[in-house]
Amino acid sequence: MMNRLTTGERQAAMVLSGMVALAGFAMAIVGRGDPMGVHGWITLIFAGVLFFLVGNVLYGPEPTEDRSASYYDDPTKVGILLSLFWAVVGMGMGVWVAAQLAWPELRFDAAWSSFGRIRPVHTSGVIFGFGGNALIATSFHIMQRTSRARLAGHISPWFVLLGFNLFCIIAASGYLMGVTQSKEYAEPEWYADIWLVIVWVVYFVLYIRTLARRNEPHIYVANWYYLAFILVVAVLHIVNNLAVPASFGAAKSYSAFSGVQDAMTQWWYGHNAVAFFLTAGFLGMLYYFLPKRAERPIYSYRLSILSFWGIVFFYIWAGSHHLHYTAIPQWVQTLGMTFSVMLLVPSWASAGNALMTLNGAWHKVRDDATLRFMMVAAVFYGLSTFEGSFMAIRPVNSLSHYTDWTVGHVHAGAMGWVALITFGSIYAVVPVLWRKETMYSWKLVEWHFWLALAGTVIYVFAMWNSGITQGLMWRTYTESGSLAYSFTDTLVAMHPYYIARMIGGALFFAGAVIGAFNVVMTIRSAGHQAPQLDYPTGSEANEPAVPAAE
Amino acid sequence: MELTYEWTSAFAQSFGLIYLMVLSVGITVYAFWPSLGKRFDKAAKSILDDEDGPCQ
Repeated sequence: MMNRLTTGERQAAMVLSGMVALAGFAMAIVGRGDPMGVHGWITLIFAGVLFFLVGNVLYGPEPTEDRSASYYDDPTKVGILLSLFWAVVGMGMGVWVAAQLAWPELRFDAAWSSFGRIRPVHTSGVIFGFGGNALIATSFHIMQRTSRARLAGHISPWFVLLGFNLFCIIAASGYLMGVTQSKEYAEPEWYADIWLVIVWVVYFVLYIRTLARRNEPHIYVANWYYLAFILVVAVLHIVNNLAVPASFGAAKSYSAFSGVQDAMTQWWYGHNAVAFFLTAGFLGMLYYFLPKRAERPIYSYRLSILSFWGIVFFYIWAGSHHLHYTAIPQWVQTLGMTFSVMLLVPSWASAGNALMTLNGAWHKVRDDATLRFMMVAAVFYGLSTFEGSFMAIRPVNSLSHYTDWTVGHVHAGAMGWVALITFGSIYAVVPVLWRKETMYSWKLVEWHFWLALAGTVIYVFAMWNSGITQGLMWRTYTESGSLAYSFTDTLVAMHPYYIARMIGGALFFAGAVIGAFNVVMTIRSAGHQAPQLDYPTGSEANEPAVPAAE
Repeated sequence: MELTYEWTSAFAQSFGLIYLMVLSVGITVYAFWPSLGKRFDKAAKSILDDEDGPCQ
């Protein structure tokens, strides 16, 4: 894989990884005795391994391939595999966290395994590790295909992918050591945040440069969603993580905002992380892989433009619905509620557009589990956006907030929509990337599909029951006006649902393990097939034909 | 000019409303402008044909 880089690129990669390794060493020294020092060592090892991997082939022969004749898919392939690795880690952690809620002794009395530490490993592991890697990998795939041009650069895609994974490792290992900013989905501390900004800016520049060399006049709608994902996540991440480190030799920092402003900033970030990390990028996947797999153009391209701008402009206002009945001004709560309800229009426009695309190809949905993954994802997208708009209405929120209903809603979105569209896209893209005739086993894809669907349905129903029970018990009063149930009473009532939730999660996890196995076996043993198509358009805008001449 | 609560909320409630209205009208007009139909149809089909190979 490194053999496909020119000597100049290998040198650049060594300089970059060497610099990161040195930065890690500096962190290890100034942060000794603090978790920051451990992170320094992790960075040093991570970058050091890369340094020697590239250094190993530094004096190898120059690549002879014609770069203008193919897409650059090596980073995409690694990204898909990393995404599956994180899926297994993150979902496995999720099953453990769920089991701890039903049987607390499964903490085994260690500090690092307490609920508060392993829960963010689960959330960051699936959102950033699984989802983020899948987004980066598929965006590399889609930006090249829709532009019919090769990636702009051979080092920057690796920097984005591996730099992002270093961030994920630092985040997950930090949680286990108790490092956190106490902001949901923004837990990593200041140095990890700064690193992610650097990685993200390179990602944005790479995307724009690849689009700039496109051989297709129109920028396909999937790219718009990916660009919104990259750009807005950068803005959200920078603003929400504005903080002053307590010292440059330790992990602890203090937010630049205080009190109500801090809460508002956090949930402006938090809800738009759902919007732009967990929705916009995955809609990009949907708008590319679903028409592709169904071999039908999207039902209404005009509607896709309209729903894109609707999502971009409405979502950014909706965050305050997380803070109903708190100290933020009433009109801000009403604003967030109103925009959340309006969001139903562009959300259902996208879900409906996807389903209408399949209208006339239902026999394919029946026969092809990969397409079925995408179809069910679109259905869950429609369901969970409806539920989200409903739950954002203030009186509904008074029942649902702080209960398991919220957890159920998040998982209807994360499992039913995000994970299913990702798995569908992975099954669609793996044979194309590795030049295989088909997946190793279509039966395993079927198994994965039904396990994932059963797991999601069990999970979501368990949490609906649990959440509504919990919410009603909290607001039940006796005739004398005191609360009818103690907090412990609600826990006893929730216990069976917590077991059901763990079973649902375990089924979903089993499906992901089967999926990872199927992908690995496809790479190792499925029949090879060089496609006649799937090559970039030759033009002046492409790479020089003979890279060795550099 | 001092950045007070009153000023910020007045700005959000006036300018925020105007720019959202203008943008939504603008985007709707763009998306449904009749002469752009051909371009959009071509874009929708572009991912299916040409060089790009079949996803099997």
